Amino acid sequence: MTEGTGIGARVRRTEDNRFLTGKGRYTDDINRIGQAYACFLRSPHAHAKIDGIDTGAAKNAPGVIAVLTGDDVAADGLGGIPCGFSPTGTQAPQNAPPRPALVQGKACFVGDLVAMVIADNLNQAKDAVELIQVDYQELPANVDPAKATDPSTPRIHEAAENNLVAEWGIGDKEAADQAFAQAHHVTKLDLINNRQIPNAMEPRCSIGEHDEANESYTLYTTSQNPHVTRLLLAAFVMQIPEHKLRVVSPDVGGGFGSKIPHYPEEALVTWSAKKVGRPVKWTADRSESFLSDTHGRDHVTRAELALDENGKFLALRVHTAASLGAYLSTFGALSTTYLYGTVLSGPYVIPAIHCGVTIVFTNTAPIDAERGAGRPEATYLVERLVENAAREMGIDRADIRRRNFIPADAFPYQTPVVLAYDSGNYDPILDMALKSADYAGFEARSADAKSRGKLRGIGFSTYIEACGIAPSNVAGAIGAGIGLYESAEIRFAVTGAVSVHTGSHSHGQGHETTFAQIVVDRLGVPFDNVEIVHGDTARVQWGHGTYGSRSLAVGGSAIAVACDKAIAKGKKVAAHLLEASAADIEFKDGNFTVSGTDKSKSFGEIIGAAMVPHNFPLDEMEPGLDQRAFYDPKNFTFPAGCHICEVEIDPDTGRVAVVNWTAVDDFGKIVNPMIVEGQIHGGIAHGIGQALLENCVYDPETGQLVTGSYMDYCMPRADDLPNFNLGFTETLCPHNPLGVKGCGEAGAIAAPPALINAVTDAIGVDIDMPATPEKVWRALQSRAQAAE
Amino acid sequence: MPTVSMTVNGQPAAGEVEGRTLLVEFLREHLRLTGTHVGCDTSQCGACVVHVNGKSVKSCTMLAAQADGAEVTTIEGLATNGELHPMQAAFKEHHGLQCGFCTPGMVMSAVDLLNTNANPSEREIREWLEGNICRCTGYNNIVKAIQAAAGQTGG
Amino acid sequence: MYNFNYHRAGSVEEAVQLLSGASEGTLMGGGMTLIPVLKQRLANPSDVVDIGGISALSGVSEDGGKVVVGATTTHAAVASDATVQAKIPALAVLAESIGDAQVRNRGTIGGSIANNDPAADYPAALVGLGATIRTNTREIAADDFFTGLFETALGDNEIITAVAFPVPDKAGYAKFPNPASRYAVVGVMASQGPAGTRVAVTGAGPCVFRAADMEAALSSNFSAEALSGISVSADDLNSDIHASAEYRAHLVGVMARRAVAAAG
Repeated sequence: MTEGTGIGARVRRTEDNRFLTGKGRYTDDINRIGQAYACFLRSPHAHAKIDGIDTGAAKNAPGVIAVLTGDDVAADGLGGIPCGFSPTGTQAPQNAPPRPALVQGKACFVGDLVAMVIADNLNQAKDAVELIQVDYQELPANVDPAKATDPSTPRIHEAAENNLVAEWGIGDKEAADQAFAQAHHVTKLDLINNRQIPNAMEPRCSIGEHDEANESYTLYTTSQNPHVTRLLLAAFVMQIPEHKLRVVSPDVGGGFGSKIPHYPEEALVTWSAKKVGRPVKWTADRSESFLSDTHGRDHVTRAELALDENGKFLALRVHTAASLGAYLSTFGALSTTYLYGTVLSGPYVIPAIHCGVTIVFTNTAPIDAERGAGRPEATYLVERLVENAAREMGIDRADIRRRNFIPADAFPYQTPVVLAYDSGNYDPILDMALKSADYAGFEARSADAKSRGKLRGIGFSTYIEACGIAPSNVAGAIGAGIGLYESAEIRFAVTGAVSVHTGSHSHGQGHETTFAQIVVDRLGVPFDNVEIVHGDTARVQWGHGTYGSRSLAVGGSAIAVACDKAIAKGKKVAAHLLEASAADIEFKDGNFTVSGTDKSKSFGEIIGAAMVPHNFPLDEMEPGLDQRAFYDPKNFTFPAGCHICEVEIDPDTGRVAVVNWTAVDDFGKIVNPMIVEGQIHGGIAHGIGQALLENCVYDPETGQLVTGSYMDYCMPRADDLPNFNLGFTETLCPHNPLGVKGCGEAGAIAAPPALINAVTDAIGVDIDMPATPEKVWRALQSRAQAAE
Repeated sequence: MPTVSMTVNGQPAAGEVEGRTLLVEFLREHLRLTGTHVGCDTSQCGACVVHVNGKSVKSCTMLAAQADGAEVTTIEGLATNGELHPMQAAFKEHHGLQCGFCTPGMVMSAVDLLNTNANPSEREIREWLEGNICRCTGYNNIVKAIQAAAGQTGG
Repeated sequence: MYNFNYHRAGSVEEAVQLLSGASEGTLMGGGMTLIPVLKQRLANPSDVVDIGGISALSGVSEDGGKVVVGATTTHAAVASDATVQAKIPALAVLAESIGDAQVRNRGTIGGSIANNDPAADYPAALVGLGATIRTNTREIAADDFFTGLFETALGDNEIITAVAFPVPDKAGYAKFPNPASRYAVVGVMASQGPAGTRVAVTGAGPCVFRAADMEAALSSNFSAEALSGISVSADDLNSDIHASAEYRAHLVGVMARRAVAAAG
């Protein structure tokens, strides 16, 4: 273990002291002077025309300041909530119907925003919401992505015929079809990738504020990317210059993708703060979160893998119907297109791949990124096909993977689905995992389980992910409306304190610690001298925020570049102070030294000389040492790993217990192993949740959200999970200055197929997620009947 | 409106509340003790756990009036003289928290566990935490932290 | 939550008085059921009468060979009570399986049975052990107390004061919890003793019920094997996204066998 506080050390987290003592500052902990409280009336219907809204009684209720509807939004010319992604590679440009902040004439999902009440206190606002009379004309609803384009399915938006967002495709269909025609064996799978709700433990909260003196706004909000929110809200919704809006996202209690999008509630509290002349606060209760946070996944897929007689993969064909809910969210179809189809090659050589996605609207909450975003869906189908193919062909599940891994000497490796993997070495990962999980001992454990009346199964998942999102030119080419570089600014104080202002946002990832370790490692300054600043558009120049496992690979790299710029200038300052040529100055361990001498200045001394330039080459250089950097990644990063899951099933009840979990991952250079382990633990739990427990269910007839609380939506709890057995290999990322790859999503990507493969191993038949007790029991019943 | 008075973190606290005012609202809105969080509305997530008369309870499912006359301890009252409580210290040492939102309730619940059962097994720890949901950590390190705070080796 | 007047009663008499004086009064024990209902605005009482502080209603005692649990005794107190653990360990097991630690620290036996949630555990204990519910006006046999979905035999202003459990020779409880809510999808209490042979099922139907075929089989041979092949009909059982009626019917058999096995 690396000692100290630099890269590689298990530094205990800076942020923990405040979180552990109740001194964290989350958005709902903020109260602005004179603030009023907002409560929303949400549509109780999945699909309904609105013929009228009577707000009279509500307006006259005690404490009510304003009752606002879609008419007010339209009258003020408030723009719709924009979608920032329009995928290329579609048959026609995507259909992007408008999404007004409050509905105008029609509600499209249960929870759609119909009206807003602002009152002196929250109870008054809630009371008044009940007094609003809405004349709904209910329409038939559809919640099933596979049925959305049926001609008989009711149309949700005028601007989207057949409820189609777009037909998207990637890969070479002809080549794939040809390979299938010549295949020795074809493994087929129809599957559902179940809709999941991200469920950050902190419900969303937004406080809007208007400063009449400067005609400017401040929005405190639970966002993973405050600058992106500022851009969307200022430029598209409010139509004001960005400098007239400050967005602050202080401590944020988890995101998992659900706090990426710009939400209508953010726009409404900001807009209404000016209208009522008071700050307006809205905090979601959990029931609202269930209804209105963006959800994830929701795919219906048919997938086929073609193999030759040796179990070598020849081709993969995939068709998916993917829902985006009732409206396009901020990243719209990104998770169902380029974050999905491009990783279908997995860690394997698959000569031909084709994937088509029918992207549709349904009468459900909008879908956007959830931990992994597209890559879990892709990995799930590939890894289930691989494991099923191994079973069908009588090949060991480890062997079939080994036969098809991209060889270590083949990198960089161009897949047939756009991506070029920069680095990887998959065999050692599998070797370590097999050993660590005691794969050889599985048969004995299985026999032991049998003697106890249990069915034991084992399942693998060998995944890659593409993260470190993203090279801006690639982002542009695939349809993103923004670049995806990251910014960092490093500021120095006279006394040697270092402030790093990063465009990444921490909502649990521990950036205040990890990023400081990078600075310590780079500059040799004491850990306690380094402060990480994030989450405030007034304090950070620009940022794209945190998602797609990008913070370290892109945001961290930007910090490294800013540090390097400070070192480069520091060398010139040192050269002046030490009366040497800058070319002769070496920087190491925090000291600038004249090469081959013991003449040296510490970084702290250089900071002092630059900030108090009494002895400084002012005619050659500006004083000060502050630097800013914009780092645009040259490629995605490609973490890889092998997860092995063992389950035991109670055949009487169908209950699945996860009894062993081994994960071996390659994240390149690891900055803080303690934090990385924590990310893996959480990611695996998220994936186990999807595979075993969590399922977002809408009633197929009424479109009501059936799993609208923790009473019915099953979150993983401590007694559902085992301890996780982790291991790491290291293949450095060759194209970023830190050699890092990113780790936040890996567990959620790897876990679901490993778990379902273990369940199908135990019960001998296919099963969809989540593997609930009744589903497993029924599968066992059907197998028993088939055997009779 | 009725007045309630109680001892919160060793200090007397009183205020006028409505009948419907929840203990968590009294703590957060009246006393501005915002360390106690609200993460759900069905009494399940446990972000709001505090101690009332030495027992862990969900302050979102208790009226402020029910706590009239009680001794209440919140996460803010756990550390003494700036020194972290051993459970807080163990959570930090073993990385038992990430976003920090569930953490106050998780720590308060864990303290009550060790008050009730000084040497719990891993299974007992996991079952005790049934009323506390964490989305970040996968509970692995929370369990380790509690084992460490219980003085168990390997924690 | 709608607003209401809160009262803390010092005695059962005071509670009755407060209830009778209210236009729409409701009793509260620990509040573990009532407060969530109020928070969802599903009820709008004018007055909430808190009986949780009446010390005479709390605690476990022995009375004429019965274990008597006061109405406001918390689940945690029942689970950890030495008398309960010694005389009716299955009751301690059941109490320990209710909700989570924090719910058990506040929730009370009286509050639970007065609510009669179809998925609550206690109704299985009371019916499965042949308990008697004592109120301020009378005693009611458990078999007569739970009358339907969220319905009981309690009259207006009638307050549960205690539950008296006969001490069984053998008793066991087995529960298949809803993975999300942790309420019982199916919970079965099986016992043999002074109250006869009893198999009470909660969670599966709209209200706790006794499985007569199982009781008949067990009365001559109180063993898990005696139950093999015996199931209950799925016809009147609950069905939801977590468990169909057919699956619940199957689980009743599994849990009954496990309850009997646990009874030793």
